Amino acid sequence: MASFANSKDSAKLGGCPDHGDLMNYHTPTSFSDASAIASATSGVTRFLAGGTDVLVQLRSDLVTPDDLIDIKHIEGVKDITQRADGGWDLGVAVAGAEMTEHAALIADWPGLVEGMDLIGSTQVQGRATLVGNLCNGSPAADSVPGMVAAGCTVTVTGPDGSRKVAVEDIPAGPGRTTLQKGELISKVHIPARGENGGDAYLRFIPRTEMDIAVVGCAVNLRIEGDIITEARVVMGAVAPTVVLVNDAATAIIGSTLDETALDALAQAATAACNPIDDKRGTIEFRKDVAGVLAKRAAKIAYGRAKGEAQ
Amino acid sequence: MSKIHVTTTVNGDEVEYLCDPRETLLDCLRDRVGMMGVKEGCGTGDCGACSVTVDGRLVCSCLMLGAEAEGKEIGTIEGMADGDQLHPLQQKFIEHAALQCGICTPGILVAAEALLKKNPDPTETELRYWLAGNLCRCTGYDKIIRAVMDAAADMREAS
Ligand code: FES
Ligand code: FES
Repeated sequence: MASFANSKDSAKLGGCPDHGDLMNYHTPTSFSDASAIASATSGVTRFLAGGTDVLVQLRSDLVTPDDLIDIKHIEGVKDITQRADGGWDLGVAVAGAEMTEHAALIADWPGLVEGMDLIGSTQVQGRATLVGNLCNGSPAADSVPGMVAAGCTVTVTGPDGSRKVAVEDIPAGPGRTTLQKGELISKVHIPARGENGGDAYLRFIPRTEMDIAVVGCAVNLRIEGDIITEARVVMGAVAPTVVLVNDAATAIIGSTLDETALDALAQAATAACNPIDDKRGTIEFRKDVAGVLAKRAAKIAYGRAKGEAQ
Repeated sequence: MSKIHVTTTVNGDEVEYLCDPRETLLDCLRDRVGMMGVKEGCGTGDCGACSVTVDGRLVCSCLMLGAEAEGKEIGTIEGMADGDQLHPLQQKFIEHAALQCGICTPGILVAAEALLKKNPDPTETELRYWLAGNLCRCTGYDKIIRAVMDAAADMREAS
């Protein structure tokens, strides 16, 4: 750590030496440097992209990092690029507002973008990122079900190089991820939309805006004629992590999303829930709402797959 | 023990300050640059009183570090009026009595201006959603919404 603390990229604050209240601020220009800084430190590390969670944790003294690694000086972190295969690569500092202003991305993945767009205020959207939402590890993270439903992967860069990981394999439980020391996410990959596909995300909150999901549900599907040929159904806020519900997908694959299929979908969504009881919703309520949201989200995704404007 | 040296642009003027790594942009703007129009309500991104623009993008200055402002263009309420000439939004806030204590007002004006730059003709619903992150504890939102809609109409006519 000493070698970094002395580098010109970092500065140290001695706010309150008695409490060891020091923080190194780093601005690496590559992900491997960012990983090296995080690997070398023995203290608490945080990566800073949008900062909408990190700064709140700092302010409320929940987390006081010894090393704060600002990754916005790395080239490409603000880029939204379409790959040759039609899929999308998103830099890790792309803010929600930049996604909701990107017409082509929305045309491909409206559900994924609307999940991100539900997070916080206009001001928060100016900074908040998909990767921040994912790594914050909240089971109620609004952007995560849509990413998992779409089949997104992320590149994880660490001391031993980079690897691709499915988004659903990142959360480990409330506030925890599977990322190891020195590892960080360096890119988000969204698959090609392809023909006749549609996705949607819905959440239940007691207010009209600016709240945390009591239940969230994302559905992504593909049709051939009227028949659903592929589907992924993901529930948020009903278990310690978001859940990819294979039984719910099976319930609608091969169907035209008729009433029988919708009822089976709702049952499977409800059955996959392992929620908590808290002031925002009881277990019973969450299970019931999970089924309702799954049906509604599936209908929207189905309509989008058919090219109906929604 | 080194502080971070930051060079940034605030309302078109280049400014420099030294800050601690943990200091927010909000604190730097108020305590180091003297922009006291930027208000602190909550400090945690909930109230919008600290709203500023960074490279044209509306953000909460309490959710950003002062160190992150290096090389950016910051816009605050102090840059809104043209000398003694109030901005139409400011004028309409007075006419509609859209403020009482005034602590939310700079943030709401900066946020409203950012919307009108993007969309000069918002619907009331669009405006209400846009301002959902700006809390006002005294005036009530109707007067604020009416003032912004009225200013938007005038600005469209003027342009
Ligand atoms: S002070 Fe920044 S949002 Fe309240
Ligand atoms: S005028 Fe007092 S908070 Fe809005």
